[in-house]
Amino acid sequence: MSDSSQPVFSCKDVHVWIADKEVVKGVDLEISAGEIHAIMGPNGSGKSTLANALMGHPAYTLEGTVKLAGEDVTSLSPDEKARKGMFLAFQYPVAVPGVTVASFLRAAVSAVRGTETPVREFRKELLSRMEDLAMDPAFAGRYLNDGFSGGEKKRLEILQLLMLKPRFALLDETDSGLDIDALKVVAEGINAAASQDVGMVLVTHYQRLLNYVRPHVVHVFMDGRIVRTGGPELALELEERGYDWLEPAAAGGV
Amino acid sequence: MASTPKVADIGTDYGQRYGFHDPEEYFMRTPKGLSHEVVEAISRLKKEPEWMREFRHKALDIFLAKPMPTWGDTQMLSEIDFDDITYYVRATEKQETSWEDVPENVKRTFDRLGIPEAERKFLAGVSAQYESEVVYHSVKEELTKQGVIFLDMDSGLREHEELVRKHFATVIPIADNKFAALNSAVWSGGSFIYVPKNTEVAIPLQAYFRINAERMGQFERTLIIADEGAKVHYIEGCTAPVYSTNSLHSAVVELIAMKGARIRYTTIQNWSNNIYNLVTKRAVAWEDAVVEWVDGNLGSKLTMKYPAVILKGERAHGEVLSIAFAGPGQHQDAGAKMTHLAPNTTSKITSKSISKGTGRATYRGLVKVRKGASGCKTSVQCDALLIGEAARTDTYPTMEIAEDQVRVEHEARVSKLGDEQLFYLRSRGLKDDQARLMIVNGFIEPFVKELPMEYAVELNRLIELEMEGSVG
Repeated sequence: MSDSSQPVFSCKDVHVWIADKEVVKGVDLEISAGEIHAIMGPNGSGKSTLANALMGHPAYTLEGTVKLAGEDVTSLSPDEKARKGMFLAFQYPVAVPGVTVASFLRAAVSAVRGTETPVREFRKELLSRMEDLAMDPAFAGRYLNDGFSGGEKKRLEILQLLMLKPRFALLDETDSGLDIDALKVVAEGINAAASQDVGMVLVTHYQRLLNYVRPHVVHVFMDGRIVRTGGPELALELEERGYDWLEPAAAGGV
Repeated sequence: MASTPKVADIGTDYGQRYGFHDPEEYFMRTPKGLSHEVVEAISRLKKEPEWMREFRHKALDIFLAKPMPTWGDTQMLSEIDFDDITYYVRATEKQETSWEDVPENVKRTFDRLGIPEAERKFLAGVSAQYESEVVYHSVKEELTKQGVIFLDMDSGLREHEELVRKHFATVIPIADNKFAALNSAVWSGGSFIYVPKNTEVAIPLQAYFRINAERMGQFERTLIIADEGAKVHYIEGCTAPVYSTNSLHSAVVELIAMKGARIRYTTIQNWSNNIYNLVTKRAVAWEDAVVEWVDGNLGSKLTMKYPAVILKGERAHGEVLSIAFAGPGQHQDAGAKMTHLAPNTTSKITSKSISKGTGRATYRGLVKVRKGASGCKTSVQCDALLIGEAARTDTYPTMEIAEDQVRVEHEARVSKLGDEQLFYLRSRGLKDDQARLMIVNGFIEPFVKELPMEYAVELNRLIELEMEGSVG
């Protein structure tokens, strides 16, 4: 493992463009192992763009510096970042018909760990993680996100988080579209990952996930910038008062 | 004439694995070009009955009189030079039933293609055709005891003349289309199969077709008859060397599924990029019969092929499940035809195509329901996957429904091997080429899972080769 004094993830002065439009306008973050940060903000504030750009989405242009455990990974491809221990749980996971959850996960786990996991061992691990997330074992044989309900997709993202065991994970709106039971299961997964020292950023629009996951730090994100940083109490304040009081000029933007 | 794509365009090691060729030292070949003399020579050499000789000559007249198709890839079709093709090439003097006796150079070819190994491992019978004639043929004894006939078509005609005469060209008449007429005139080789009543051939029969000579035409003719309640699975595979000139493969395949019979016909063809593959395949399904065409098309310069089922008996079911992979410079014009003549018949067409680079895939389908054929159900699903900006796909689904009491479903979908899918998989650590391959393999999975395991493995490997170098 890396030097423990080192944050597992940091980014500095990150700007993101979609075509020639600047959507993220200078963001700094620093996350330690096992730490959970929440990034909260209104729709359209650019927080999903930030998450995708940090992972290396090809449609976005990123400027600034991104480091994983002290190593500069700014210019690495998404698969290189993944192999170095970075993970993004998608807001809208993509369907890949014809590829089963099990075969996809085995390929991903092998890629990230850098060795082939024997089939039996892999299956055992997979079924046990699925049980943790109250997933039917038949799920492993279904095609990746193909015809999945919103809740099933999000559970699968958390399953991947637990199987791939990254150092640092971005969770983009993982709480949206979930009923209360699914929300609890997803929260348990996030807490389990945190207890295994995964550093995490939860990008979210609502406060309700934070009833089950206690973030160490809450950032308020508006118009491409972090406009306030605080403790968990900040999330509650946002729940009560909305975003408008923070920076009226930015609230209507983007 | 347009330049022909080279081996580098079609896959990485096609040349090495299949594209090799042996010296053309042949027992007999007709002069180039097509004439009544050539037809006469073929028929004489085969010592055929008079009715077949006449059939061939009549077919040649029809071929010569018929214009080229005015649909499909007329540009590519117009490049075929019928005078520059050798219509009959015989490599060996006689057919063998033991690999040991097959002449060394021919045997080497099939060894390299893994045919004897496949036979030992998982086939009930094998037929290997080299150029115009079947050079090796073998059937497991149990099948012969059950009364199953599995012969090359020429032997079928000699040994079971009445049965052949009764059914030959009844499903695909001579005048059906120009290339069926051509095949009827110069056909040679192919398979003749008869499965007796209530007999099940539990493991597949396979025929392997190999073109070796340059500017050669292969015109095999296959007729499969499954008697009442019989069941059979037939598999064909095809390859050819890589030449800078074009060869022609124009087969006719007729299937007859009697009452309650079941025929599955699986094709994995992987022609080199210089083959015109213009094939007519059609089946008749009687009461409660099931016919399935499982059709995998890789390679070739131009493929035009539309497996058909004529649903003649009540409750008959027809199915076509096909994939086509069109690499750079290739055109796969493929599809299916279903004709519902009897009530309560059902059909299903699933067509998947992948176009890569400048490859072009066309789905061309026809579903017909005759007036009075009530209670029919038909579903057509076409999925096209495009890789790269220049890839092209077209869909021409035609429905002619003359009956009100029918259920028709049609769905067509075009997708691009897209950034979002790639980004998703890559964010899980998969490299770009690995992610692309996973998407393509997933796309063809519904097809692959219908294949016997050995073929599924081979097909996945072929797709992997086709996908190599597709990055960027």
